[in-house]
Order: sequence, then C-alpha cells, then structure tokens
Amino acid sequence: MLEKHKFLERHGLILTIAILVTVSIGGMVEIAPLFYLESTIEEVDGMRPYSPLELAGRDVYVREGCYLCHSQQIRPLRDEVERYGHYSLAAESMYDHPFQWGSKRTGPDLARVGGKYSDEWHRQHLADPRALVPESVMPPYAFLQSRALDYYQAAARLKANRAVGVPYTDEMIENAESDLRAQVDPLSDQYEAFLARYPNAQVRNFDGDAHQLSEMDALIAYMQILGAMVDFETYNAEENYR
Amino acid sequence: MIIAVVLGVGALLSLFVAARTVDPLMEVHAWTFLTAFILGAFALASHISSPPRGEPDAYELGVVKAGVFASVFWGIAGFTAGLVIASQLAFPDLFYFENAPWSNFGRLRPLHTSAVIFAFGGNVLIATSFYVVQRTSRARLAGGLAPWFVFWGYNLFIVIAATGYLMGVTQSREYAEPEWYADLWLTLVWVTYLLVFLGTIWRRKEPHIYVANWFYLSFIVTVAMLHIVNNLAVPVSLTGSKSYSLFAGVQDALTQWWYGHNAVGFFLTTGFLGIMYYFIPKRAERPIYSYRLSIVHFWSLIFIYIWAGPHHLHYTALPEWAQTLGMTFSIMLWMPSWGGMINGLMTLSGAWDKLRTDPVLRMMVVSVAFYGMSTFEGPLMAIRSVNALSHYTDWTIGHVHSGALGWVGYISFGALYCLVPWLWKRKTLYSNTLVEWHFWISTIGIVLYITSMWVSGIMQGLMWRAYNEFGFLQFSFVETVEAMHPYYIIRATGGALFLTGALIMAYNLWRTARGDIRSGEQNLTPAPSTPSAQPIAAQ
Amino acid sequence: MYEALSSFAQTGGLILFVLAFLLVLIYALAPGNRAKFNAARRIPLDDDAGEEEAGHG
Repeated sequence: MLEKHKFLERHGLILTIAILVTVSIGGMVEIAPLFYLESTIEEVDGMRPYSPLELAGRDVYVREGCYLCHSQQIRPLRDEVERYGHYSLAAESMYDHPFQWGSKRTGPDLARVGGKYSDEWHRQHLADPRALVPESVMPPYAFLQSRALDYYQAAARLKANRAVGVPYTDEMIENAESDLRAQVDPLSDQYEAFLARYPNAQVRNFDGDAHQLSEMDALIAYMQILGAMVDFETYNAEENYR
Repeated sequence: MIIAVVLGVGALLSLFVAARTVDPLMEVHAWTFLTAFILGAFALASHISSPPRGEPDAYELGVVKAGVFASVFWGIAGFTAGLVIASQLAFPDLFYFENAPWSNFGRLRPLHTSAVIFAFGGNVLIATSFYVVQRTSRARLAGGLAPWFVFWGYNLFIVIAATGYLMGVTQSREYAEPEWYADLWLTLVWVTYLLVFLGTIWRRKEPHIYVANWFYLSFIVTVAMLHIVNNLAVPVSLTGSKSYSLFAGVQDALTQWWYGHNAVGFFLTTGFLGIMYYFIPKRAERPIYSYRLSIVHFWSLIFIYIWAGPHHLHYTALPEWAQTLGMTFSIMLWMPSWGGMINGLMTLSGAWDKLRTDPVLRMMVVSVAFYGMSTFEGPLMAIRSVNALSHYTDWTIGHVHSGALGWVGYISFGALYCLVPWLWKRKTLYSNTLVEWHFWISTIGIVLYITSMWVSGIMQGLMWRAYNEFGFLQFSFVETVEAMHPYYIIRATGGALFLTGALIMAYNLWRTARGDIRSGEQNLTPAPSTPSAQPIAAQ
Repeated sequence: MYEALSSFAQTGGLILFVLAFLLVLIYALAPGNRAKFNAARRIPLDDDAGEEEAGHG
C-alpha cells in the first residue's frame, strides 16, 4: 500500500517536471542568445542614458499608459519609413527599462517624434488634443501642467537604472536633482556641466511656465528626445545587417 | 499555522511600509494590504475558535462556490470596463474628464484586460480546477485552509492591481502591469496554488491522473515560470511603488512577448482546455472522443506554444532569426490546436441532438468552434507578410476577442451554468430560456465585434500603406483615425450586447442558487449529469 | 562557439524534437496502454458512491 502511494506521489511530481522541461526549451533557445550575440544590438554613435528630466518624463509616459495607443518601433517598410523616418534600431532602446515598443497604433508611432513639433504644440495638444486635431480620439492630459514634478527620488531612480545596467556615473547620480532643474533653465550656472554629462540634451523651459517644474515639462522633454539621439550620418546599415 | 505567520508578517511589513513611505500610491496599497491581512486574521481566528463540527465533507466545495461568485462579479466588472473604453474610442468627448487622470484610456485599458483575463478568467480557472481536481482524483482538496488562502490572496492581488492601474501604478508590460510588490505577493499565492493542486493529486484514489488535470497543471506551472521571469525588476525604493525592469530594449521586448503570448497560451488556452476536457464530457454524458489524441495534443501544444512569442515582433529590431523561429512555430501550432478542437467537438459524435435541447452544451461547443477559428487565424497573422498589414491595427484586437469572447468567455459561461446547479444542489437551472437569450444576444455581440474589427483593421492597414498617383502617401494618420469611427461604434455595440448577455447569466445563476424555477419553464433537459444524482456507471 | 551551437541547434535540435515527439506517439498509441486510457476516459463520468453518504451540506 505504502509502496503504491509513493509511486503515485512521484507520478505527480514527474509530470510537473516534465511540463517544466518541455516549456523551458523554447524560451532558452530564443531569448538566451539575445544576451550573448553581439550582433543583437548595432554599434551606433549618439546613444546616451536619459537625463533625469527625460527619465522622469518617461516615467510619466509609462504611468499614463501612452504605449497602449502609440508604438515606438518603426518597421523597415516603405510607407513607415516615409511616414515616420528611419526604421528603429535595437540600439535606440538599449537604455529603455522597460521597452516602449507598443503593440497598437490607435495614434501614430512616436519613435521619432522628437523635434517634429514645437514644445507649445505638444503642450496644447496634450492639454486638449481635439483643439488642435479635431478628429483625434486621444484623452486630455491638462492635469500634467498643474502637477509639480515629484522628484524626491531623482537620484534613487538613476541608481535603480544603474543597477539594471544603464551606465549612469556617480557624478550623474550626485547631480540628479540639480540636473532636473538645470534642464529647464538655460541661464543656470549648471548649464555647461549638465550638457557635458548629457550631450545634445535640449535645455529650455518646455511647458512655458517658469514658476513650476511640472510633469508637462518632463513629458515634453522626453518626447523631444525620442529618436533624436542616434547620429545617422555615421551609421552603416550594411555593416549591421543581421 | 503557516497562514497565520504569513498574515502576521504581511501585516507588519505593510504597517512598516505605510509608516515609512513618501509615495502616496504606495501608502494606499500598504493600507489596503494591512486591512486585508487584519480581516484575514479575524477570519482565521474565528475559524480556529469555532471549528466546523463533525467529519469534513468528502469534497471542499465552499471555495469553489466563492470562486463562482467572484468569477461572475469580476466578469461583469471587466466587460463593463471594456464597454467604457470601447465607447471612449467611439465618442471621445463623452467619457473623458479633463482633470481625472484615472478616467483616461491609458489607465482603463489595463483595468479592462486584467479584469477579464486575470480577475474573471483567473477566478474561473481557480474555481473549476479546484472542482475538477477533487472530482477526478476522488479526493478532498489538500492543505486545509490553503485553498481559501489561494482564493482570497488571488483576489487581493486583483484589487491591488486594479486600484494601482487607476492611480497610475504600472510596469507598462502588457498583461503584467502590476508592480513588483504585487508580483511578489502573487508569486506566494501561486506557489501555494501549485502545492494545493499537486497535494490533491497526490491524495488521489484513481491510478491515472485525468487529462484535464494535465492541462491545469501545465497552466499553473508555466504561468509561474513566465510570471517570475517577466517581472524581474529592481524597485527604486523598498517603500515605493516604482521599479525598473531588469532587461532593456530588444531583450526586454522578447521577454515580454514570450510572456505575453504564453499568457494567451497557458492562461487562456491550456487552463480553459482543462475546463473543456472535464465539462464537455460531463455535460454530454459521453467520454472524451480520443484519450490518445489528448495526450499527443497536450505535449505538442505546450512544447510548441512557448516558441511563438516573437511573432509579436515581426519587422522590429529583434534579430530576424528569432522572428523566423517565432513564425515557424506559430504555424506549427495550428496542428495541436486543432487536435484539441477536434477532440472537443467529436466528443459530441452520436449525441449532436443535445445541441438542440441543451443551450449550455451548445454554448460550450460553440466555444470550441471559436477556439478552432481563432487558432486558425492566429497562425495566419503570424506569417510575416500578413503581419506587416495586421500588426498595430484593430485586426489584432478582433483576433484577440474572437478567442477571448468566443472561446474563453463561452467555455467559462458553460462551466458556470454547469457548476451552479451542481454546487447548490439544484435539479435544474432557473431558466433554460434565459440561457438561450444569453447565447443569442452575446453571439450577435461577438459577430458585430469581430467583423467590425476585421474591417477597420484591414482598412486602416491598407490606408497606412496607400500611395496616390504622384507616389506620395495618400492618407495622413488622422484621416485613418477618422475612418475608424463607424466601426468603433459597431464594436462598442457588440460589447454592450456581450455585457447584456452576461447580466442575464448573472440573474439566472442567482435565481438558480436560490432554488427558483422560472414559471412556465419547460425543462426538456433536467440538467444532465448532476453529480449527486449520477448513477454509478458499469465498469 | 557560435557556429557550433547554431549548427547543433539546427540539426541536433530537430532530431531531438522528432525523437521526443515519437516517444509521445509511442506512449499514446502503445496497445498496452489502451486499457489504462479507456479507464481514464471514464473518470469524469464515473462519480464515486462515497460522496453520496458524506454529503456536503
């Protein structure tokens, strides 16, 4: 009796293990090599970690679920390249924890929206999308303008990103809070040091309101850098064919 | 005892976090957890101070009843959320509130998807798996109060997830949006679930583990694996809600869609196939068509499914070899999927007349037909050139809903219509006529939904790539949005019909549980195979 | 290293998977298992008598 019971016990466990082995193979073969194959991510010039303000804007983008209607991944198809610009490279999201490629385009792709519209256009459009685009079905985000950016954890956020592999330096982490303010104030004495840390970052007041560093500032700063980091003049597509 | 320790430690941790946190969202969740743990402790204390008298019953059915109640409740909540967001897309000025971030589509869509998949689907799976594993093992659920911990713990996770979405707590990983602390809690609950399920199988008095339990087991084990790997993240602070995922960019994308597609594969497919393998034979009073087919299709299905994720990333920056693997396995997946469909449908062979007289059985059979349809459409859409058109459009949404409303929805409704009379010991449902109404109203709803999404998806895909005679793109993006408007109205109508059907079901089930029988109801089918009235079949 | 691994994945992998599938087929179709499966098929339909006495009020 006891013998038989033991066998049954083992049977359930064997089934569990067999299932686990069966469902592990696919993932190991497909996902694991992506971490080891050097060809997974192209060599490009211009990629840098997000500035603290851009990162804060990215967090707002994630929080509001923008990825549910806007992709950030341009496919190498003729119409997409003509509509949105150069197809997306793996390198362009190498610091994206998590990735924001999206899966649905209820609205247009945003992978290269940076620099396409003015800050003021973004501000008005986010506050009331149908005021600028009558056919739009986008929700209004006016509240971003009145919400002060909550940056008590600016340094901690950079640190957490460093823990998952983004190359933030000690200097960047130390200056995280002051860099947040420096990016919306072109007259600050931090200007040079900030640009040295984050080359090509755009420094200006993004939401048109100098009294408050708002979530609108952060979100627009993030959107204006989207797709604008990589230097395509020096990028060789053939070399990186995979 | 272990449960008491979990509740105690959990309460202390949440109190600590509530006191220390500077993150208002985390504070809300810490208090929510604390309240739940205190309520749990009270329930446990009252159970210990007045334990139920006499021998325990042969089966633990209380937790199954609770699961049925939760399924119906969350189902209606989730369908309502779906109707709201569908209406937002159709009538953007009606449902958006300028200064209420929680009402925005971006916050409500995860609420809808999680409510229908995890709250409704998850509770259906927990309830039916607890029922089926006991019945087919001829053993009471293992673990004493552990099944109750699984039920309440899982539903606490749902509440944390749902309130989090409304407040903007999200990892932005589709179908895995809850943040790190909710994920840790779910891991604890899920491991308990696995142990309860395995423990019950170990207690079984049948030599063979019935195939439905194989499917349930693969669902529990694989979801555990997917959940843990996809949610690896580093929190910004142990007293804050925000975290950053361990992987970035292309690796993160593939991990997420490996998870995302297998949430479909192992949550919405193998779990519900477990339901099919028990409830259809039971309701039709015929054994499953081919047990051999079920074994072959089980192992091929779970092996092949796990590879299919990269088809969500065609033409992206994911290396091409991975895309090709994903496409190949997606096409191969058609075979085991149809193996399952054939096994379910052919179980009815020789008893097709029951489809005419028993609307519950008809619902489940139509569900299997929808399963066959969407598992044919899926491989088609996984072909790169088809995907080039369908990806990013409503076609995907339509495809998901033919599986979700047709397959998952109908097999769940069928199981609920079976379970309520069995659990509450009623001879029949309150009304078969109302089941007919439910069936036809929601079928019309599904047809409206998926046809409108086919048309709008394919149309939008074609408009995006249309060129005029001068070689320029013919349509601006917003023109394609404008063209979607009529289809969004039709889709919302379909959703409203589906919700109406579910409300009819809720009423019918409530009256059934009360023991009512609708006056004038001609019960041609005295609920077949009520277990307690079931004669012992000759061996 | 990469070459060796990828060529193994493309040939050895295929052979292994086909073998595994054959094993499943043999298990499912072996005549010796027929009686076991026929009994298993009936599990949901044969409700045991024990529960009748036990009741679950």
